[in-house]
Formats: sequence, C-alpha cells, structure tokens
Amino acid sequence: MRYAVHRLLQAVPVFVATTFLIYAMVFSLPGDPILALAGDKPVPEAVLQALRDHYHLNDPLIVQYGLYMAGVFLRGDLGETFTGQPVSELLTDRWAVTAQLAATAWIFELVVGIGLGVVAGLRRGKLADTAVLAGTTFVIAVPVFVVGYTAQIVLGLNLGLFPTAGTDDGWPTSYLLPGMVLGSFGLAYVARLTRTSVVENLRADYVRTAAAKGLRRSRIIGRHTLRNSLIPVVTYLGVDIGNLMAGAVVTEGIFNLPGIGQQVFQSIQLQEGPVVVGVTTLLVMIFIVASLLVDLLYGVLDPRIRRG
Amino acid sequence: MTVLKKARGAAVLLTAVLTLGACGGSSENTGGDQAGKSTGPGAGTFSVALTEPDHLTPGNTSSSYSITVLQALFDTLVVIDAKGQTQMRAAESVTSDDQQTWTIKIKSGQKFHNGEAVTADSFADAWNAAAYGPNAWTNNYYFANIEGYDKLNPEAEGAKPTAEKLSGLKVVDPSTLEVHLTAPFSQFPITLAYTGFAPMPKAAFTDLKTYDQKPIGNGPFALDGDWAHNQQIKLKRFEGYAGPRPAKSAAVQFKIYASRDTAYTDLRAGKVDLLQTIPPASATEAKKLLGDRFVPTASGTMDYLGFPVFDKRFQNADLRKAISMSIDRQGIVDAVYNGTFKPMSSLVAPLVPGYREDACGETCVYDAAKAKALFDKAGGLTGTLNLYFSNADPSYEQWMQAVANQLKENLGIADIQFRKIPAADYLATLRAKKEDGPYRNNWVMDYPSPQNYLESMWGAGNRMGWENKQFTDLIAKANSAATMEASIPLYQQAEDVALAEMPMIPLWNWQDQAGYSNKITNVTIDPYSPNLDTITVK
Repeated sequence: MRYAVHRLLQAVPVFVATTFLIYAMVFSLPGDPILALAGDKPVPEAVLQALRDHYHLNDPLIVQYGLYMAGVFLRGDLGETFTGQPVSELLTDRWAVTAQLAATAWIFELVVGIGLGVVAGLRRGKLADTAVLAGTTFVIAVPVFVVGYTAQIVLGLNLGLFPTAGTDDGWPTSYLLPGMVLGSFGLAYVARLTRTSVVENLRADYVRTAAAKGLRRSRIIGRHTLRNSLIPVVTYLGVDIGNLMAGAVVTEGIFNLPGIGQQVFQSIQLQEGPVVVGVTTLLVMIFIVASLLVDLLYGVLDPRIRRG
Repeated sequence: MTVLKKARGAAVLLTAVLTLGACGGSSENTGGDQAGKSTGPGAGTFSVALTEPDHLTPGNTSSSYSITVLQALFDTLVVIDAKGQTQMRAAESVTSDDQQTWTIKIKSGQKFHNGEAVTADSFADAWNAAAYGPNAWTNNYYFANIEGYDKLNPEAEGAKPTAEKLSGLKVVDPSTLEVHLTAPFSQFPITLAYTGFAPMPKAAFTDLKTYDQKPIGNGPFALDGDWAHNQQIKLKRFEGYAGPRPAKSAAVQFKIYASRDTAYTDLRAGKVDLLQTIPPASATEAKKLLGDRFVPTASGTMDYLGFPVFDKRFQNADLRKAISMSIDRQGIVDAVYNGTFKPMSSLVAPLVPGYREDACGETCVYDAAKAKALFDKAGGLTGTLNLYFSNADPSYEQWMQAVANQLKENLGIADIQFRKIPAADYLATLRAKKEDGPYRNNWVMDYPSPQNYLESMWGAGNRMGWENKQFTDLIAKANSAATMEASIPLYQQAEDVALAEMPMIPLWNWQDQAGYSNKITNVTIDPYSPNLDTITVK
C-alpha cells in the first residue's frame, strides 16, 4: 500500500513537468496559428487582435501556461479549441471511442498473442511454431496502414464480415476490425515474447525439479512455467495500453473512429495548445497508472519483487 | 500509393482546401413533377459524407464542409445556377443605379425554422455581427466595402471600435434593405450568393455560442438534434418552408469522416449515399464502378506559381514567362493528380463568366526550346533557385519536384532547393514577403466573378509586390461598370495586362469528383452547391 502511495506521489512532478514541457513545445512551433486559420483570405487587424486576445496568444509563455493551469484547477476549465468547442467536452466524446478501440485491441493482443506464444513455445521447432514465427514476422514487417486498408477492403467491403468504418454499430461490432488491426503489431510482439519466455523457462532448473518430483505436465506448465513466463509479457502489455491509445492515429483515420489519436494530430497541426496539453496530460496519466499497475502485478506474479 | 497518403493527410486538416466551390445555391428547383413514382414527395432519408465543419454560423465559416451544411439550412438572397448565372432566391430583386447604392427587396412570407419572419433586419443583423471586429468572425472582410466598416474594425493596435453597426446598411422597411458601398462594385449581387451573407434570426443574438452549435436558418432543411461533433449532423425537412426549393426528401444525415479514402470505401459498401470528394487516386476505379453515378464537377480552385517580383532576380517578365513555358502542366497533372485536374492557360477558372480558354496564349504552352531561348535572352538566373510550398499535402511537394526537374532540364538551372514550410507558417511567410523564389499559390473561389481572382491576387498590396497602374485602373473601371455584362471585357483587359507581365503563372484548375449510391436519384450537383433539396430517395 505504501508502495502504491509512494508511486502515485511520484506522479505529481511528472505531471507538472510534462504539461509545462508540452505547452512550451506547442508554444514554440513556428508560425501564427491564427493567421494559418484564415488561409488565403485577408484578415483585418481588428479580427486578429480579438482572436489573439481570446486565446491569450500575445502573452509570454509563462503567463499563458499560468492562465491555463489556473483555469484547470480553479474552474475545472480545460480551455477550448479554435472552433470554440470546450476541450473537456471534446475529451469525453473522443475518449469513449479511443478507450473502446484500445480495449478491443488490447484484449485481442492479450488473448491471441499469449495463446499463440504459448502454443509456439511448447511446440518449439514444430510446424505450429514455425507458422507463428513466420506470421508474426510478416505482421511486424508490414506497415499498419497497409494492414488496415487491406483488412478494410477484403474483410469489410468484399466479404462484408465487418462494418467498413464508423461507430454506427457500437461496441463491439464497430471496433472488432480496427481493434484487430491496431492490436496486430502488439500481438506479434506479445506472441514472440511469450514464446521465448516459455522456451527459456521450460529449460529452467525449477521445471526440471518439478518434473523430477513427478508433477503432472499440465500442472508444471500451467502453474509454474506460464506464471514465470508472463512477467516480461505483462510489462509489455502494461506499457502498450498507453501506446494503443496514443498510437491509434492511423487506425482511427482508416476506420473513421473519432478518437484521441486523431485529435492530437489535428491539434498539433493547428497549434491548439490547450487541446494538445489536455489530451497528452491524460495520456501521461494513463502511462503512469498503467506502469504502476504493472509494478503491482509483478508482486503478484513474482513474490521476490513483492518482498524486496 | 502516394496520392493515397496525400488524401489522408489532407483530410485531417481543418484548413484543407478540398473545395466544393465556395458559393451560393443552385438553379431554382426543377419543378415538383419528378416526385411521382414509388414514393410520395419527400419520404426517406439519405446520408452525405462530410468532413467536420469548423463553425455553422454563416458569418463565421468559409470551410467548404460547413458551406455544404449551410446551403441546406439557409436560403441566401441570390444563388448562382449551374450555368453560372445569378438567380434570385430569398431576394425579390437586387438593383442599383450607380453600382454603389444597392437596394435589396426581400420576398415576403419566408420564415426561419423557429417561426420568425425573414426580414431586412435578419440580414442587417447578421452582416453587422460578421463585420464587427471583436466578434472575430471568419467572413469579416467580405463586408469591408460597406460604408462604416472601418469604424467597426479600427486599424490601430489596441483601438476599440467606435460603432457596432455598419452605417452603410439601412433597413428601409421590413422587406427593403439599402446597402451603401464605399466604391462602385458591379459584382455585388454575385457576392450575395455566398453563405457568409445568409440571414440570422433575432433568436440567434441572445446566445451566439449556442447558435453556432444549433443554427436556425431559413432554408428547406432544419437542424434535427445536436451536432454530434466528428460523428454526424442530422437535418430534417422544414415543414414551414415557403421558399422556391422545398426539400424532396424527409431528412439528411451528414456522416463525418476524417479520411476521404474511408468515405469512398463506405460509398462502395453502400454505407453512405453521397460523397462529393472522391480521392483523385480512385477516380478511374470510381468511374467504372459507379457509371452514371460518378459526377465530375468543375471547381473554382486554382493553383499558381507566384514570383517574388519585389526580388531583383525576378523582375524581368521574360524570365517569368520562360519559366512558365518550361513547365509541362499536362504531364504533371497526369502524374500527380491522375489527370483529374485541368492545365490552365487563364488566370480565372473555366466556370467564371468571362473565362477565355486561351487567354495566356503561347506563354502557357509547354515549349522547352522557346523557353530556353527566352530564358537566355532575359539573362538567365544567378544563384540558388528556392521553391516554396507548404507541407499541408504531399502532392505539393510532388509537383514542385516535377517543376524543378523541368526547370533543370529545360532551362539548365542547376542549383534548385526546396523550401518546404510547415502549413501553419506558410502563409505568414508569404505575407511577410520572406520568400526569395517562386512559391505555390492556391486560390479557392469565393464567388464566380473574375474580380474575385484578379483583384484579390493581383490587386493593390498583392503578395508578389507587383504594381501596375493600368491593371488597377481597369479593375476599378470594371467594378463600376453599369452592368455585369459591361464589366466582363474590362476584367479581360486587366487579365491580359497581368498575363503580359506574368508576375504569377497559372498552373491548373481543380476538379471534384462526386459519386452517389443507387439509393438516391435526382442528384443535381453543380459547382456551386450539392443541391441536397432536389435529391429523392428510392
């Protein structure tokens, strides 16, 4: 428990530093976001003034950041986009989409990835193992947008097994195909990690000892080998939650899912400081919480860590 | 593959200029006789693919996506029909004796979706709000030629406006609006087709923020429920509509896509009924797949190559012409845009009245030998040639590279560098005249008048730093011409002057490709509007 509290307290300076850093980076992007919004058309000086005042763009960085933070903590106001939509509202809308997508991808990664890895590890050198190795190499080698468009056109459009795009059919139907595409890279990684780990542990002394004691093979594998093999996999899966949420830009684009990744991409282009900071801070928090959970889970899987 | 990437990159940008043509409505409805067959008039719902609009307040958006929605929600005073002619819609007439004081008569009996009557005040209020500097609305500058505009938009830094209303707008009676311009402007009626000039009800002004989310218009469709950002906007037929184009279907659903490619896949899957921007890379396939339901639409958008005429090295007109003649426009359009764009030999787009197919003459025709001769005669070019473009879309870099190769090969310019500038910084760079070489210049048409192109890009204070009194005099004369017809030859003369000096080279004209599902009929897309009111559902 103390461990958990300690870890959470560590998150505070991380939070302040990241928000400031991100704000400063958006601030330092070249160009004038307000002029860019206007495109090729002329903008009267009075309009520029009004917009810059509204978004505090004339103030120095530290004042802008201070105003933003004051808004967040005193009024619970996360700021607004250049089109006047409150960031909080935007986050709630988009958050749901990304969470559902990431969850689908994550479950897919976890179940199929570990499953394939265990099968391959136990049947090392056999056909199943070779197939998994070849398949995962392929998935890792092919860029995600190729996988995405191919899956969309073959499985969605031609075969009609899944909806082609959008969120109309809700969870899980709308999220199955994009989830699999998004999770495919991680799946390949998880499968390989699990396989290696299983192979190594099968050769470990304690497994030989257990076998010598006459334990059933199913018990040796299920209770001892797998449990130990999963430590590196859990680490990866934990960190990957964050990756899945932040890194879904391409998948969200292909399948037209209005999620967080797309929003960050757009907002960086438009130099919308408050949005970028709001979204990334949230992502940082998720990374922090996820790695905390991973650390706590270690303890469950490996008593040595818990006691140390 | 590269064009595929391009489409995705472009689609996520709010500022993307995948244009629909920024103007007005359509020809008046073709009569109520086509509703006959299986359905009664106006049953059924269809869906339209869209990119997330920025705003839905008419005065505060110039995004083509917003305009698609606004054209269904609002009736503007006039519209441009499919042939480019101005037709009255909410207005009875728009007249002037001196091209400076305009009298607008508004049709009676028209209502907003909330039941409020559409009067001269509805227009005056909307225009005053748009012209008021501190509101910071996108279309502010459209009102700059109305008397009193400077009082609402003081130039000096930190100065406060001294008025809230344009003194040039006079509501004579509920159906008459008088507009006093700062100078004669024969093209004024055409500009009124732009959705930026749409009326707003009194109810809007109690809470403009809410209005932007839930606009109340006077058009054949009304908003149905909330604008679900990044997902959908639903419209339903406005039963109280008394105007000339009642909706033929019960409802429209705008489905919002972040990627055109995805929207196109959904069109093929039958998940969306109308897509106005089929990606150029898919044009050939779409034509085969959709047959008659593939609709290429002319667009007013043009690409140019501008010169920093303020820079000594580019002050020789022959040098600029030589560069123009060394560019193989057709070759580039075929390679980069799948042949969908049209090489241009004119400064205005083909759909603009007064367009001449060959206004430019041989100066815009690819001829490597003549180009080289002219280039040498002009004394060539010393130092590095920097080419400027933004990173908003990968296709810009592709065609700039093609241009560079042709300049190298045809003119022997060895030292060419690319200056790829972040999109947010690009226009600021040009505005500050920091460029020292040719740059990509794009124009999205506001209204189909040569004036919109010529005066905006070649007129006073232009980006190139080009000054020509003959040109500005001709434009002024055309602006005060007695009729639209009389103004055209004058604009053409001005165009000739600009072409003779060639401070900016015309390259190509964009084209949109729409496609629709077999679920809908009577699709009458034209360059000015998708005309959603005419569509019936089978």
